[in-house]
Amino acid sequence: MDDDVLIEEQSPVDPDRRAEFMLGALVCVVVGLVLAMFVFVLHEAWPSFAHNGLRWFGAGGSVDNQISAIYTSGDNATRAVYTFHAWPLIWSTILIVGGAVIVAFVCSLFVAVFIVEFAPEWMRAVLQPVVRLLAMVPSVVYGLIGVLVVVPFINNHLISEHSKASVTPIITLDGYSLLAAVLILAVMIAPLMIAIFVNGLRAVPRGWLEGSLALGINPWRSVWKVGVRTARPALIAGTVLATARGVGEAVMLSMVSGSVGFAPNPADGFVFFFEPSRPIAATIIDNVDQLTSPPMRHTLYALGAVLLFSAAMLSFAGWAAKQPLRRYGVLA
Amino acid sequence: MTSTQAVAAPPAPRRNESSASWRLTDRLGLAFAWFLGVLFCVITAAIVLYLFVEGIRYLRPSLLVTNPSAGYSESQTGGFFDPLIDTVVIAAMSMAVAVPVGIAIAVWLSEFGRPAPLARVVESTIEMLAGTPSILLALFGTLLFEAPWLGFLSRTSGTVVFGRSFFAAAAMLSLLALPLVVSSVREGLQAIPSHVREASYAVGKTKAATTRRVLLPAARPSVLTGSMLGLGRVIGDTAIVVLLLGNTLTNDPSGSVPILSALRGTGSTLTSYVYYNAPTGDGDQPGKAYAAAFVLLLMVLALNVGVDLIGRRGRDLRWNS
Repeated sequence: MDDDVLIEEQSPVDPDRRAEFMLGALVCVVVGLVLAMFVFVLHEAWPSFAHNGLRWFGAGGSVDNQISAIYTSGDNATRAVYTFHAWPLIWSTILIVGGAVIVAFVCSLFVAVFIVEFAPEWMRAVLQPVVRLLAMVPSVVYGLIGVLVVVPFINNHLISEHSKASVTPIITLDGYSLLAAVLILAVMIAPLMIAIFVNGLRAVPRGWLEGSLALGINPWRSVWKVGVRTARPALIAGTVLATARGVGEAVMLSMVSGSVGFAPNPADGFVFFFEPSRPIAATIIDNVDQLTSPPMRHTLYALGAVLLFSAAMLSFAGWAAKQPLRRYGVLA
Repeated sequence: MTSTQAVAAPPAPRRNESSASWRLTDRLGLAFAWFLGVLFCVITAAIVLYLFVEGIRYLRPSLLVTNPSAGYSESQTGGFFDPLIDTVVIAAMSMAVAVPVGIAIAVWLSEFGRPAPLARVVESTIEMLAGTPSILLALFGTLLFEAPWLGFLSRTSGTVVFGRSFFAAAAMLSLLALPLVVSSVREGLQAIPSHVREASYAVGKTKAATTRRVLLPAARPSVLTGSMLGLGRVIGDTAIVVLLLGNTLTNDPSGSVPILSALRGTGSTLTSYVYYNAPTGDGDQPGKAYAAAFVLLLMVLALNVGVDLIGRRGRDLRWNS
């Protein structure tokens, strides 16, 4: 009789198990696709690393000449040239991203403290939409403003004729420079850092700050010595995320940093800030129409693999930096 | 007696002590913080106003409906009707993939999530995807779509698969929007208190039915917010479009089937149009670039306002515990 049959036995395939199975399969497909991406990029990048060994990361010769040699040798499979020394590109990435993160970190920390504690209500109501708006502007718009406003300004008002003449045999100083790249990248990554820092500062237990105030310490010092110190995991998380964004920024930097594979030299004095260069991601997007030549393809994928590796290393460094802070119990 | 709370709600308007009694360094620090806050507002206002002014100067309604064409001067190169349409098409295509897949992943993570190691792997993968630069996704896209077995998605000539088409770009763009949708929907689902689920199970609904009829409708604001954030990211991306959409100024269909041939063909979007027409690109027409950037900024502003409005409406919903 049907009355004696338990519910579980009436339908052979339980709709919940079916749903779980199908959703689980979809989830596995997406995860598999992403992991396959990493494996295939590394596989495609291997020939370039194999031909150059560790010298791939070193300096030696003009990067631009090497790139054109690699591209033109692609017609003939037996005489393919892979020689590539990427140090100028790596150095440019380190300078631009490092400079932008340092500038943005200081500014974002002060602005975050300002938003959480010291801004009057009307100022807070203005600043929060402003930060959100800055975060949503596309990078190509930043690049356009950089090219049409910042670069001519630097060219006409900040670089002297004497400086331009002093480097003429090697490079041209025309405003596409480290300074423009660092400033605009800092403006791009600051909103991300501000949002994460504000969340971290708001998670600080109120009682801790009030205890400090009760001891007679003024609000500014309380926030810095107690609040910011407690929110250190959030500071680390925000910095790591912003650095990863900066390393991967291709479009804006290709428009603003100059398109020369030149390694800026700090020994040049003030001219150092005005020297053009080209970071790794910008190199990839500049040479995109050369993907048809196999050696060039392997080289570009090798550059992509370096980006991938640095993003993974940044995540790991952030995780490692947060470990000693766990005993405070206030995690981002 | 009031109970102590770990994190208190924002207190009544505090009267901060006047900074006149602080040390000089502290006062300088506060002044610096004020300066930076004002500087941010000024920078944003400058960017928006400058784009508005230049955009209105160069944007004529005819630009919105004329197709781009090759030419030597601003008056010969037409408008950006094709890039505008293509932006809408490709945004629709990528969100059509990203939103359902994102909801499915978020539902699996928050409602099922077994076995636990798999759930951790999925969470880490979505986080990794969120941090991946779009140029890397674009490189992988060229690898993936030039494979022979995916040749039907783009143009093929002989044995060489071209690999650049709307399908390719939309697929990679959806990967870009996916983490935003997943995290937003997941947060929305986790905010629903458990007594709602328990009530649904108590009247005999299965988990699948509960999710579809009770939880997802309740999480609708988060779904909308996540989709709009994802849409903002998709509209603003240039690297994937430059690599995977073929960069032809006008649409270039391949084949003879009406809509499918257009989707298998190449084109360009507003972002790649601006990139092309900037002084560093091949086109070098700053006027057109300003006009297109202005339209792009308006779209992004509208999305931003939309996210704000939905967020405000969502906060008004309260669950009676």
